[in-house]
Amino acid sequence: MASIDINQVSKLYDGGVKAVNAVDIQIADGEFIVLVGPSGCGKSTLLRMVAGLESISEGVVRIGDRVVNTVEPADRDIAMVFQNYALYPHMTVRQNMAYGLKNRKTPKAEIDARVDEAARMLELQPYLDRRPRALSGGQRQRVAMGRAIVRKPAAFLFDEPLSNLDAKLRVSMRVEIRKLQRRLGTTSIYVTHDQLEAMTLADRLVVLNGGRIEQIGTPLEVYHTPASTFVASFIGSPAMNLITGHIDGNRLAIWPVGFTFDDEAAYRGEVTVGLRAEDLTVAAPGQPYLPFRVDYVEELGAVRLVHGFVGDQALCASLPVATALSGEMRLGVDPQKFHFFDREGRRLALPFAKARMTFGAEAATVSA
Amino acid sequence: MKRVQFDSRFLPYLLLLPQLSIVAIFFYWPAAQAIRSSFYIEDPFGFGASFAGLSNYTDILTSPEYQRVALFTFGFALVVTFLVLAIGLTLAVKADAVIRGQSAYKTILIVVYAIAPPVAGLIGSMFFDQHIGPFVKFVALFGWDMKVGLNYYDTAFALTVIAVWNQIPYNFIFFLSGLQGIPTSVREAAVLDCRSGPRRFFTVILPLLTPTAFFLLVINMTYSLFDTFALIDVIVKDKPADNPITLVYKVYADGFRGNDIGSSSAQSVILMVVVLVLTLIQFRFIERRVHYG
Amino acid sequence: MYKTKFFDHVILIVGCLLMLAPIIVAFTTSTHSAPEIHQKGLMLSLGDNFGETYHKVLFAQTGFNGTVTGLSMMLNSLILGLGFACGKIVLSMLAAYAIVYFRFRFATLAFWMIFTTLLLPLEVRIMPSYQVMSELHLLNTYTGLILPLLASATGTFFFRQFFKSVPEELLEAARIDGAGPVKFFIDILLPLSRSMIAAVFIIMFVYGWNQYLWPILMTTDESFFTLMRGIKQILQVWVGAQIPDYNEAFAMAVLAMLPPVLIVVVFQSWFIKGLTETDK
Repeated sequence: MASIDINQVSKLYDGGVKAVNAVDIQIADGEFIVLVGPSGCGKSTLLRMVAGLESISEGVVRIGDRVVNTVEPADRDIAMVFQNYALYPHMTVRQNMAYGLKNRKTPKAEIDARVDEAARMLELQPYLDRRPRALSGGQRQRVAMGRAIVRKPAAFLFDEPLSNLDAKLRVSMRVEIRKLQRRLGTTSIYVTHDQLEAMTLADRLVVLNGGRIEQIGTPLEVYHTPASTFVASFIGSPAMNLITGHIDGNRLAIWPVGFTFDDEAAYRGEVTVGLRAEDLTVAAPGQPYLPFRVDYVEELGAVRLVHGFVGDQALCASLPVATALSGEMRLGVDPQKFHFFDREGRRLALPFAKARMTFGAEAATVSA
Repeated sequence: MKRVQFDSRFLPYLLLLPQLSIVAIFFYWPAAQAIRSSFYIEDPFGFGASFAGLSNYTDILTSPEYQRVALFTFGFALVVTFLVLAIGLTLAVKADAVIRGQSAYKTILIVVYAIAPPVAGLIGSMFFDQHIGPFVKFVALFGWDMKVGLNYYDTAFALTVIAVWNQIPYNFIFFLSGLQGIPTSVREAAVLDCRSGPRRFFTVILPLLTPTAFFLLVINMTYSLFDTFALIDVIVKDKPADNPITLVYKVYADGFRGNDIGSSSAQSVILMVVVLVLTLIQFRFIERRVHYG
Repeated sequence: MYKTKFFDHVILIVGCLLMLAPIIVAFTTSTHSAPEIHQKGLMLSLGDNFGETYHKVLFAQTGFNGTVTGLSMMLNSLILGLGFACGKIVLSMLAAYAIVYFRFRFATLAFWMIFTTLLLPLEVRIMPSYQVMSELHLLNTYTGLILPLLASATGTFFFRQFFKSVPEELLEAARIDGAGPVKFFIDILLPLSRSMIAAVFIIMFVYGWNQYLWPILMTTDESFFTLMRGIKQILQVWVGAQIPDYNEAFAMAVLAMLPPVLIVVVFQSWFIKGLTETDK
């Protein structure tokens, strides 16, 4: 039970490659933090540095109040759940779970008590005397968690534990992991590339890209106020639509339409506009709209995803199933729900878009 | 077997013909001869052979000389096996542990595999030569007057050292491969569960190496029994009488030198049974390994 | 942790020295003259006789007929090694192909016939083998040297193991594409097996080159002597000699070691792969 402080931590490899670049994360005691990002973003490397399986090139990691940079993994009071379970093939389930405690000279009665308790929690009692090769993937994963639980560590580290399971199992195990962590209250760092897992499990998310942090926040924060185009397109499914527009004075042009506001913009020039698929509707009469040329439709059952073009930019709208579709449509938009990003992809706060607005059907060509 | 197979009428037989015909002519025919001869005693003047039932077998099994050779053979096999397993494992563990220079170490430690037993024997015989051998000069400092080729135990010692030297690379290769076959995540889990390196080795790594170890056990026994023929021939030269030899060498000596075909054949058959047992053990354990982990 | 790494290196270095020392000393000693060696023992320094000794070993006519040279022995060893390796690969690939990919009546029998050859290593059946060879008039021929060595199961098992690991889908796709057994073998299986063939070739070449007992039995004609046979010759000549020709013996040992060692070092990864992936 402890807080974890990751302070300016970097990982350098020979040849100057920085897999992790000056990362700062403060994790409160009992928090469930998810490190999420695409392959190669450094999330696993970061986790392994906290575990002690990789050396820390720069920066300091504290577990509790203790600096653990040079502490052996077995002494850091952490437990890890691996992607491919890493169970000891020659030991039974019971022996697998007891191994860590045995090495720490825990009294036998205590070991038995903890193993039984974990087995009960994870419904592993019938399998205690089996070897890993006689278990299914889901069962093995639960044994891996059991092995972590019995240690009662200061923190759990999860390295993409659900990646090797089939889709259905993944969903049910996700819930189990969350419930377990809530019940035990142990600080947890969870690594995944699946944004859905990240959203449903995290107290707070850390979105990583190329070794750097793009954003830290609660799932809703990250969803509703993405700090960059990367976060915007990574979190949420379908991905946020990112299209190009121009701002000049008090006018936002998204060709072939334009929005004129009562307020001057604090920005000028080319801008990336983010639109969530579910924020697009079929335009009611009088409502501002984007002229939309339909390309194809994906029926999901609950909604339909309509893909098409505004001008020559691709867009995807999430529309109710009963919507009538035609080749040319008008997608209703609410500029108050626009997200703005600058040329480097960083979020722009543009309050002018919240002001009263008049809608123009043709865009003036704006000089950048 | 494969799920999908061809159904050709003649092709499989055609494909097998070369291998099978060679096996028939150069294996089964001599093997059958050997078994047949074991039941006959050749007339000393070369005029024929008379049926002798099992007397070749009983003679040889009760002969003190044979028992002495058998004792040496199995003792030799056990000592060599134990030493190559231990040294091969140690070197493999260390080579696996270091990161820098691993490929250089590997290359150097593998090289000796390519050296033929007779060559090893030749070099070894000179290392143990009474006049110029550095080994002999070294142990003379401790008062040991080594006479390889004349003294039974000195020769046995030299044979063991050279055999071990020759066979370490093979064990090294397999143990290293076995070690690198253990999933990294299992080893990392062990690092998290157990602080002490030696303890990790004995509770996690070694148990997972047992299939490799069993396999090597059988291989090494086979090596000591048969592949050391050349070694013995080189060191012992033409004086098998007072020197340690293996059972295989005795088959050769009795057959080619002593011209006692019957006895030599009986010894061959006895060795065949030994190999049968060893091969059965090997295949049983290999089957087990396939399902392991 | 740093300390244990140092200790690991120490052990490895000691191991390497012990493995290499005999080889190095064999070479350096061979560069000295025989009387010098007799006086001073084995030496680590490089002597002056390199050219002289090796020239003699390679080119000097020795033996009863005066025809055999070190070079001719090397050639014979090469023929044996290459012939054996090639023969083994062809025979065992065909046999393994038949066993794995065909359904035919005597498949199990054929398998067991080949399997039982593991039971009787050559050393144990040399007497009758020699008699068979002499009846077939194959003594002192290359055929006689190479052919009987091919009567063993090892190569067939290597390839059987490998073929079993080839995905079924390849054969199914080939059948749909209209390939019969011969086309499948030549167009698909053979290219796939390239690395395995290389690995097996290396192992078999070394095995053939290093053959000792069989050449001794099979060749009394000196023009067929291999290097290993030559080594035996040297030792026979030593009995009773005043100062044995240590330098020549070592030179011959170096020559005998060189090709297999070079091959194993240069093709290391293939060689290891061949050993570990198939010898199970």
